[in-house]
Amino acid sequence: MFKKILIANRGEIAVRVIRACHEMGIAAVVVYSEVDRAALHVRKADEAHPIGAPAASESYLNIPKILDVAKRSGADAIHPGYGFLSENAKFAQACADAGVKFIGPTPAAMGAMGSKTRARQAMEKAGVPYVPGTSRGLESFAEAEKVAAKMGYPVMLKAAAGGGGKGMRLVHASEQLKSSLESARSEAERSFGDSEVYIEKAIVNPRHIEMQILADEHGNTVYLGERECSLQRRHQKVLEEAPSPIVDAGMRRRMGEVAIRVAQAAAYTNAGTVEFLVDQQKNFYFLEMNTRLQVEHPVTELITGMDLVHLQIRIAAGEKLPFNQDEIQVRGHAIECRIYAEDPDNNYFPSPGKISLLLQPEGPGIRIDSGMYEGWNVPIDYDPLLAKLIGYGTDRDQAIARLTRALNEYFVGGIKTNVSLFRRILRDADFRAAKLDTGFLDRLLKRTEDKPDDSKAGAVAAIAAGMFAALAGIASALGNGAIVSGPVAANQTESKWKGAGRREGLR
Amino acid sequence: MLFDVAIDGKNFRLELNRAEGRWSCRLNGRDVEVEAVLVRPDVLSLRIANRAYEVKSERLSNDLYLWVGSSRYSVEIRDPRSLRGRSRSTENQGPKKINAPMPGKVVRLLVQEGAEVEAGAGVAVVEAMKMQNEIKSPKKGTIQKILVGEGAAVNAGDVLAIVE
Repeated sequence: MFKKILIANRGEIAVRVIRACHEMGIAAVVVYSEVDRAALHVRKADEAHPIGAPAASESYLNIPKILDVAKRSGADAIHPGYGFLSENAKFAQACADAGVKFIGPTPAAMGAMGSKTRARQAMEKAGVPYVPGTSRGLESFAEAEKVAAKMGYPVMLKAAAGGGGKGMRLVHASEQLKSSLESARSEAERSFGDSEVYIEKAIVNPRHIEMQILADEHGNTVYLGERECSLQRRHQKVLEEAPSPIVDAGMRRRMGEVAIRVAQAAAYTNAGTVEFLVDQQKNFYFLEMNTRLQVEHPVTELITGMDLVHLQIRIAAGEKLPFNQDEIQVRGHAIECRIYAEDPDNNYFPSPGKISLLLQPEGPGIRIDSGMYEGWNVPIDYDPLLAKLIGYGTDRDQAIARLTRALNEYFVGGIKTNVSLFRRILRDADFRAAKLDTGFLDRLLKRTEDKPDDSKAGAVAAIAAGMFAALAGIASALGNGAIVSGPVAANQTESKWKGAGRREGLR
Repeated sequence: MLFDVAIDGKNFRLELNRAEGRWSCRLNGRDVEVEAVLVRPDVLSLRIANRAYEVKSERLSNDLYLWVGSSRYSVEIRDPRSLRGRSRSTENQGPKKINAPMPGKVVRLLVQEGAEVEAGAGVAVVEAMKMQNEIKSPKKGTIQKILVGEGAAVNAGDVLAIVE
């Protein structure tokens, strides 16, 4: 087993991997950029190394700097997390060349799957059902126009190197094609350093369901059940659950077996995810394979009882899978909410800043994988994912009930978050009836929700306002300056509560 | 202690006094039985006639908010004896600033000075946290001035353009 693992990532996933390392008696080494000195992953690690400027290309995407830290720290393996270098075959190769084990698939398997166009070519050969479209990058606008016209609109443009909705555009009509292609290309270039874009027939209102697989280095491949990831905004997943409400045992086995065929076609090892689009008749089409640990892996962990990060590490260390397919059982239901630093009242714009107050839920069936803490300043430089709140129950209804309860306990002050969005989703009748598709969230957000006019609650707020002022005022009169409300802003202005309280108290 | 409190713009007059370890409270002239503990900065455990509430306080730039359960209320708290009038900003009249809603980088300008725009038309694209966000005109009118260039770094609240 490894003695020391370098984690080439930040945020909640870096913390998640540190925890797995510590549970397995392995030292955890992290890297951090200039704006991340105070980040949670640095606090939790055994060793932390600065690697440069905030821009990802100068830090978390910089292969020479990361390998240099691996060498200096004596790490014998690297866990890439998700995003950043996790699906970069060149990085996996560079690790191998440097004699450090990359915890993930081989560069060859990543090469085959990492490029979506090449993955489609491989699947064509393996006889896996996939969405019609080009299996090669588009050469020109003229070619895009021709292919789109032949397939019929709507079509989907996708970055070959893409993921997370970056470099992806839904095109409804030919007049949008040119500008969509340009923006998809430039976003792909910026996000992945690769502007290759291909085109697919858009399946209208599909479900997005993915299958988790694990493969050891001895030829054993198993599937760990599916995740329903249909709730997306701008092609970014927002809420995921497992199992999918529409997948029964028979469909799970069929999808699982196709997923294994996909993995074996690429001689895949370690953890991976095979994504499918599912149409209204429950036909499923191969979409792509994600050659990394997924953000939403906890829902699979909760319903299978497995720890995917432990298993990733054990597989990378050369161990055989400790179970076979028949021993894997799906039990209960889990739902994950991705808590983002973004403003629901302002078109979900990113909302970085200082977290003035953090109250986190606890209790039965609740798991939080978080990268934030009270007093931390959320930087603008990276993805706005703050934490994942996961609810588990014996069935879907109980998972929803626990999550709803937990969301009411959750409070993140000082910055805007999308917590309120999840309250809305979880009480939506269609969501509760599991009528889900990838258009669900856009439709939900188009409806304006009428807020019940509760004048009584206004009275509670008014009394609370007076009490805050009175109590903060009393505390300050007693010389207890510690009890001051409001975030400690850069320009430390006096608490408004305290000010009002003191003025009144002196009278 | 006497407070004039505006909650989401609605006014309340609140009298709070403490004697012999008990609070007496009058809200808009009516007696209310209250008791409260500041359990930590920004968190108040409040009881109103035995109904329990956890109230959180939050300040975003210069605005104060209170959260009762999961509902947010804007709060203004004033000294009733000061006769400061409240100014109301006039809506959609005259030139209007188009602000950056978050810190980021201007990656593209979608209009030029002098351009006619509809309400909701894209004016600039600002990238932050790896997402590109289109900043829209709040009203129909003419772009009077553009104050940033492509590639400029902006802070939340910075004026990008003025539409008249």
